[in-house]
Amino acid sequence: FLLTAIMFAQVYGDNGKMKEYHYSGPVEHRFSPYSFNGGTVLAVAGEDFAIVASDTRLSEGYSIHSRDSPKCYKLTNTTVIGCSGFHGDCLTLTKIIDARLKMYKHSNNKSMTSGAIAAMLSTILYGRRFFPYYVYNIIGGLDEEGKGAVYSFDPVGSYQRDTYKAGGSASAMLQPLLDNQIGFKNMEGVQHLPLNQEKAVQLVKDVFISAAERDVYTGDALRICIVTKEGIKEETVPLRKD
Amino acid sequence: MALFDVSGYKSHAGLRGQILGTGVGHLVDRPNQEFAVPVGVDPSGFLKSCSREGGVSIDLNHGTTTLAFKFRHGVIVAVDSRASAGSYIASKEANKVIEINPYLLGTMSGSAADCQYWERLLAKECRLYKLRNKQRISVSAASKLLCNMMLGYRGMGLSMGSMIVGWDNKGPGLYYVDDNATRLSGRMFSTGCGSSYAYGVMDSGYREDMTVEEAYELGRRGITHATHRDAYSGGVVNLYHMQEDGWIKVCKEDVSELIHRYRKGMF
Repeated sequence: FLLTAIMFAQVYGDNGKMKEYHYSGPVEHRFSPYSFNGGTVLAVAGEDFAIVASDTRLSEGYSIHSRDSPKCYKLTNTTVIGCSGFHGDCLTLTKIIDARLKMYKHSNNKSMTSGAIAAMLSTILYGRRFFPYYVYNIIGGLDEEGKGAVYSFDPVGSYQRDTYKAGGSASAMLQPLLDNQIGFKNMEGVQHLPLNQEKAVQLVKDVFISAAERDVYTGDALRICIVTKEGIKEETVPLRKD
Repeated sequence: MALFDVSGYKSHAGLRGQILGTGVGHLVDRPNQEFAVPVGVDPSGFLKSCSREGGVSIDLNHGTTTLAFKFRHGVIVAVDSRASAGSYIASKEANKVIEINPYLLGTMSGSAADCQYWERLLAKECRLYKLRNKQRISVSAASKLLCNMMLGYRGMGLSMGSMIVGWDNKGPGLYYVDDNATRLSGRMFSTGCGSSYAYGVMDSGYREDMTVEEAYELGRRGITHATHRDAYSGGVVNLYHMQEDGWIKVCKEDVSELIHRYRKGMF
């Protein structure tokens, strides 16, 4: 009887209302080497071009650290990489990639091709298999034949070549939309038109506007890098700032 | 230089210096890969402990069904193509068969990065074997190489279930190798989270003297029914046939179309 009384008091409290149930004992907190800084990255490969786009918001928890921190980094004249996740690891990873590109250029007297950069990044990421870089990478560029190529990665280096890919905080919202608009999935009786550059750029802008509406970590501005055989062109478009 | 040290290049100073005499100043891609490990923590539990804190969620690509079986006319290999990261489908058309050489195939299930990395390393070792010994590596030796790589990292949280399929002097070969360094030779294997469903279908339809078309159909059905019931398998069925003069890729068919074909009348 006494035990029942004690249990009643614990669950229902003094005034007879049910108490909020929560754990109130010791909790272990440990230093986490990672932090999530948000951001979304997107890449699309066309017949003779590739587009890599990212938003420019850098957040942490409920704060915004910067509204002008783009996540696309130019690697060579024909390759751009987009990195989102933990900003510290993004910076270190891009520094390491740049260093390895320079070493390759000095040893082999030519620039690395997009496919070679992708294979190299896979081994760099796997070298940290037991303490990963918390970065979701997408490489966009032109392959040796001048066709658009997109390579998407997971944090430990598994990769494959795609036609289009979204990565980062709003990736789960953008990817189905791209599946429908570029892959023509879930549409019946539609003509499969190849994507030209103007339509692709407009689609990327529309898609990011949608992402900014529904993802708190995406917004402020959109940076688009268009890779063609003439070089890399950059365009900035404003997005919602709230 | 701090960045040079951490970027993963090691100058091959020792042996070359001995042979050629003076200093090197010549960078060679590292012969022995070193892996960075978090200090003072058990590596296999480390990632789990970091996840879900402050929005951090490091999800790695996972999940599969693969199957392979020997029969009178060679070996059939069938795999699905879904790569999931947590509950998100990261890819619908992942490539889970690595074509090591025209007579050797490796399948991948478990963690995508682990499989891709170690099987690419296996492909490199097979190529080096051929250059050094002037003949192709046997299936038994190739699977042993992979098994020993896994043994070196046992207990550190790698996840890989692979089948090495080939045709060498001893005939068709099928070996199962996993991250515990288990290595088994057999007539029929299936790996991945959908493997139980695939085993059921294969066991009920398998005969040693099947025709080639019947064997293709059995492989397709095994994967299709597994993807139908397993959430982490799906996409397309990639079917390969290992014959005496090498492998051929038979087909690549969408699972949703196949399941409708097989279950006509049920829906």
